[in-house]
Amino acid sequence: MKYFLQRLAFYLFTAWAAITLNFFIPRMIPGDPVQALVTKYQGQLSSQAIDSLYVLFGLDKDANLWQEYINYWKQLFAGDLGLSFTFFPTPVSEIISNSLPWTLLLVGITTVISFFLGTGLGILAGWRRGSWTDGLLPVTTFLSSVPYFWLGIIAIYLLTGPDSFFPSSGGFDSGLVPAWDQYFIPSAIQHSLLPALTILISSVSGWILSMRNMMVTVASEDYITVAHAKGLSDRRVAMSYAARNALLPNVSGFALSLGFIVGGTLLVEIVFSYPGVGFQLFQALGASDYPLMQGIFLIITISVLVANLLADIAYLLLDPRTRKEG
Amino acid sequence: MSEPVLEIRNLNVGYGLGDQAVRAVRDVNLTLHRGEVLGLAGESGSGKSTLAYGVTRLLPPPGVITGGQVIYHPGNAEPYDVLALSDLQLRRFRWNETAIVFQGAMNSLNPVHKISTQLTDVLKAHDPKMSEHSRNVRAREMLKLVGIAADRMDAYPHQLSGGMRQRVMIGMALILQPQVVIMDEPTTALDVVMQRQILGQLIELRERLGFSVIFITHDLSLLVEFSNRIAIMYGGRIVEEAPAASIYRDALHPYSAGLLGSFPALRGPRRELTGIPGSPPDLKGMPSGCSFHPRCPKAFDPCAGNIPVLGRPGTPDGSSRSVACWLHPTEQPVGL
Repeated sequence: MKYFLQRLAFYLFTAWAAITLNFFIPRMIPGDPVQALVTKYQGQLSSQAIDSLYVLFGLDKDANLWQEYINYWKQLFAGDLGLSFTFFPTPVSEIISNSLPWTLLLVGITTVISFFLGTGLGILAGWRRGSWTDGLLPVTTFLSSVPYFWLGIIAIYLLTGPDSFFPSSGGFDSGLVPAWDQYFIPSAIQHSLLPALTILISSVSGWILSMRNMMVTVASEDYITVAHAKGLSDRRVAMSYAARNALLPNVSGFALSLGFIVGGTLLVEIVFSYPGVGFQLFQALGASDYPLMQGIFLIITISVLVANLLADIAYLLLDPRTRKEG
Repeated sequence: MSEPVLEIRNLNVGYGLGDQAVRAVRDVNLTLHRGEVLGLAGESGSGKSTLAYGVTRLLPPPGVITGGQVIYHPGNAEPYDVLALSDLQLRRFRWNETAIVFQGAMNSLNPVHKISTQLTDVLKAHDPKMSEHSRNVRAREMLKLVGIAADRMDAYPHQLSGGMRQRVMIGMALILQPQVVIMDEPTTALDVVMQRQILGQLIELRERLGFSVIFITHDLSLLVEFSNRIAIMYGGRIVEEAPAASIYRDALHPYSAGLLGSFPALRGPRRELTGIPGSPPDLKGMPSGCSFHPRCPKAFDPCAGNIPVLGRPGTPDGSSRSVACWLHPTEQPVGL
């Protein structure tokens, strides 16, 4: 418990540091977002409007940096991430909450499937070492070294076209309005298949490889021989003794990869023009949309930290050696 | 002499197949009698552990049993060959009849499971009908038997000391009341005080429960004290086998004598430690004839030419012992 609280304190500190950096970095970048807007509206803004824009973005010159910093935190706790430049005057929080479900569903589901599938296959390949499963290894090594986006481009090139079942871009048919109905949901699923497969194929191999290698390492431990000598069934030895111990590094890897779900597989979303957070970030970068970038970075930072915390908790639960006495 | 419980007949174990194979155990004949402690000694690489793994069919790949039989006498049923058992029969045989305490006993417990889980899962595997309550009762009983407080049931292995872990392993080995317990250097990782404490306890338990022990170690002085009979291995073969006292008093094989000379005895008068010159043979390129002859201080003409057979020597106590040495040519070979 003490250990857990220590970790928690550490993550809170890290979160504070990350958010503070997130506040300062855009302010250190030369140039002024309001000036960018003024240019965008080509002088159609009155000086009053410009002043109010400064206030709106929290850049009014009267307030000093410390005041701004305090205000930033206040806004943050109120869930206010500022206004987006590109989609002015839509709040950043609204843009993020619109794109987040797309990423969470696509990358979330594929990450979970990929972990369970890969770990399962890894257990099998590790336990049945020397059988036909070894033939899979060169394939998985190859696939795990292929970048997502390249696989995506190949998939689009080979599998999409005017007559193809697979759409080449977007998250749903352009004629539809997002809603939980019988037209929209199948369309969304159809659009997600190709990006999902792309992510799955290139990420599952990593899980297979690491799980298999851990299985092989653990299989030579003394307690495995003891378990065999005890006359336990092969299945019990494989699952409760070998896989249970081999799983540890994979589980922490999994918890960490949960953190990167929100960041999304940026490049896959770009390749498929998928309306997720990654694609949004890409657009924000192109448009110098600092508030949006800041908001997305914040969300990514927090989710990575939460995932790290989850990894710690998972380890505490799975490995008694990490639990401190008292 | 009492009836046999485990008979090893012409056992051959190798690592690898074909020309690359290394023969780690060669034509070993050894009989374990009911209720006795049989010591198995030899230098590293002499094939002691391989013999133990071969007998229990636990050889890690690429180890293969290339020939021989391991006859087990259950006592109330017909003897059978362990090497001929099917997978299922083998699983039932394991731990029920023959339990093992391993060399790396410090790592023999799975670090992520509680002691109780590891004690009870063997009961569950062998007697699925046993209730969870009676499994726990039995596990507690075993811990008490080896001198560990029952409240350590819920401890994890890393919370126990090395000696305690070894006791847990011994308790685990006895939980199904096996006829044979094989101990492969069970105390090597422990300090001398703990070694003697645990071995003393083991001997006491053996007298109470009546199992037989094959005790494997390179520490001959321990064996002289704790075992009834001792078999000495060299280069994968048994070179001498005799009652512990006979080995201690007058070892016939020069190698046994050399081993005895390299350990200080725990009791008795002080004597000079000598050691054995040279190093253990390379199993890939064994010397011709007796594999010990290049290191043997007493080697003479026939040693390099022919392999001596293990048999009864012509000494007065020859009927109770056997040796494979040209100094003691035999009329009655063992196991042929």
